[in-house]
Amino acid sequence: MNTSTPRMISPRTILIWSAVAIVAAIGWAMLALSRGEDVSAAWMVAAALGSYAIAYRFYSRFILTKVLRADKTRATPAERLNDGVDFHPTDRRVLLGHHFAAIAGAGPLVGPVLAAQMGYLPGTIWIIVGVILAGAVQDMVTLFFSTRRDGKSLGQMAREEIGPIGGAAALLSVFIIMIILLAVLALIVVNALAESPWGAFSIAMTVPIALGMGFYLRVLRPGRVTEVSLIGVVLLLLAIVSGNWVAESSWAGAFTLDHSTLVLWLVAYGFIASVLPVWMLLAPRDYLSTFMKIGTIGLLAVGVVFTLPTLKMDAVTDFAGRGDGPVFAGSLFPFVFITIACGALSGFHALISSGTTPKMIEKETQVRMIGYGSMLMESFVAVMAMVAASIIDPGLYFAMNAPPGVVGGTVQSASDAIAGLGYTISPDQLAAAAKAVEEHSLLSRTGGAPTLAVGVSEIFSDVIGGHSMKAFWYHFAIMFEALFILTALDAGTRVGRFMLQDMLGNLYKPFRDVGWKPGAWIASAIVVALWGYFLWVGVHDPLGGVNQLFPVFGIANQLLAAVALAVCTTLLIKSGRLKWAWVTAIPLVWDTVVTLTASWQKVFSDDPRVGFFSQRDRYQDAIDAGKVLPPAKNMDEMHTVVTNSTVDGVLSALLAVLVIIVIADATRTCVRAIRNPDATRLHEAPYVKSQIVAPDGLIATHEEKRELAAAAAAPTAESGRATQGDRSP
Amino acid sequence: MITHTARRAAHWGRLVRWYVRELTGENTYDRYVTHTRRQHPEAALPSRAEFERQRMDEREADPRGDFRCC
Repeated sequence: MNTSTPRMISPRTILIWSAVAIVAAIGWAMLALSRGEDVSAAWMVAAALGSYAIAYRFYSRFILTKVLRADKTRATPAERLNDGVDFHPTDRRVLLGHHFAAIAGAGPLVGPVLAAQMGYLPGTIWIIVGVILAGAVQDMVTLFFSTRRDGKSLGQMAREEIGPIGGAAALLSVFIIMIILLAVLALIVVNALAESPWGAFSIAMTVPIALGMGFYLRVLRPGRVTEVSLIGVVLLLLAIVSGNWVAESSWAGAFTLDHSTLVLWLVAYGFIASVLPVWMLLAPRDYLSTFMKIGTIGLLAVGVVFTLPTLKMDAVTDFAGRGDGPVFAGSLFPFVFITIACGALSGFHALISSGTTPKMIEKETQVRMIGYGSMLMESFVAVMAMVAASIIDPGLYFAMNAPPGVVGGTVQSASDAIAGLGYTISPDQLAAAAKAVEEHSLLSRTGGAPTLAVGVSEIFSDVIGGHSMKAFWYHFAIMFEALFILTALDAGTRVGRFMLQDMLGNLYKPFRDVGWKPGAWIASAIVVALWGYFLWVGVHDPLGGVNQLFPVFGIANQLLAAVALAVCTTLLIKSGRLKWAWVTAIPLVWDTVVTLTASWQKVFSDDPRVGFFSQRDRYQDAIDAGKVLPPAKNMDEMHTVVTNSTVDGVLSALLAVLVIIVIADATRTCVRAIRNPDATRLHEAPYVKSQIVAPDGLIATHEEKRELAAAAAAPTAESGRATQGDRSP
Repeated sequence: MITHTARRAAHWGRLVRWYVRELTGENTYDRYVTHTRRQHPEAALPSRAEFERQRMDEREADPRGDFRCC
């Protein structure tokens, strides 16, 4: 890549890239200019894939060669510290799958569904432009810098490179963000499974399936992950099918659980799962959910590209300007940009990019394919979620996503409420939609997962099974999301506990010892209690838990991105790349403006639908006057609203303050580095020459193939092997 | 013609098997054994069951590697 000979651009290359640009441009034009007519999802796919191709080919390459100046002769930690287990050079194609499976989860599927209330266009633009200029850049640059630092975590890099205050604030915000993430994920599961015996049974069955797999791997056939995963997937499909039988049998009552009961089950599950040994539940669940994830996302891509369904949602709805949407309150700016985090820009990815992946990467130059490439793939998952949300009838979409306080409890009240929002759907149509997927009701199934499942069932049943398979595909999609959300609850609780043990260790030494059982149990209980509290609150909030909590989650995730981008920008400046610092500084400024505006509005807005404290005042004044304001039904609910608004408001403010501290501390470090470059201390691992020959991108270039052949012919003395790539058969 | 198709199928089958084993970490033990034999020929090697248990214990002690994004 760094060859100094100027490359002639062949006419063929120019032709191909012009064609790609034209396809993308036509896709965008069709999306943006169509008004009041049916638009095919094909245009969304064309706009997305065309834009990704151009961004990957040109922008990510520019970042790799000019900004990061990645050096393919420099050995990565995987090569230098190779222990055959944690650190080992991994084939780039394998690592791509690995990294993608680690970053993509429920997030890119849920955010776009909620953002669809403003129409498909604003969300789609943000998903595609955001990933190209911000999200993929963050993932790639974080991965690069962590690779240069032997795979150090984001928190460690913040502490070492910014300073102790910024580092501590970053750690604390990661902890709070983790709690909110877990609460929101759990809330999505509760809303999807409540009053659904089919769903609840299938998900419950995943626990014995995982335990069985764990036993198999521990005792019968240690390490045989593939075969046990295949057995698990078959059992999982059986669990989905048999959920239907259970729902129609006398057992249905036992699995028809209301919201409160489900919360208690989930909290109990979260605690028990996180204190059980990893091999029993977490590890097998993780294999299962990875298989399901890659399989379903692949299937969805095929389904969307083959059926190319028609989008029924408006390009831009009236809620975008007015900011009074029922799904979440607030206007397009800033709220679309925090509702869609994963898929466009997700701070959590920085934790993955500075975790396992940098310990496995073969070549620095592969950060482009792994970091930037994986994130483009996740962005496409988000585009598909937007498609799934936009192909269902808008009336049904709003009936499913508005809180119970808006739609009421019957199909008649829902139909009236939807008419009030400016859309039409008859009570019969609402009942028929629920019946098609064999659910009692689809009203107020907020949280995104059920809406996505309806969209997915439309797409899949178009390809396989027709109308009669709709119910199966709906529950398949619910299972697929619930499965990795439950895995995330377990793993997230453990990570939260790990961080908490570290913090508590400052007060009482034994907490540091992760093997000290009482410490682990207490820390687990605290973490579960914290997210359990927000989950309980979310489920019982008269104003709708998703409506209230999702913006806080979005703000949290985007603030974490601000931390990551601040670390990246600091490192670019400290390593003498001031000229190119705008590559991460522009997304940082944009992200900071968006999230701090959102935080500001959530804290200070006079509109009680948006601002937590004005909401609090409104309900408190009513309580003082002895009045009950809808959607609250009694004084107890009035008090619930007041408490929740206060907690959410304080939390929003606290997160914003923490991130301002990180950014201020980073700015101080940057200014010092610019004023006095000589005194700057980087914590980079020293240069060691690499012995590995491996291609940079997915497909080896001619030049790389020659290098591979040369290396294979003359094995190096050190290891007697040439490349990772030619170890594959 | 048939043998050619069969050979191609076998090649792709091996490729898929290799990819899945790499992705799931199923081959970690084999890689560890190869690595240790080459670097420290004298070192005693754990059995597969022992090795897998050890890895689980490590995951237990530091759960950050198990974290998946939302």
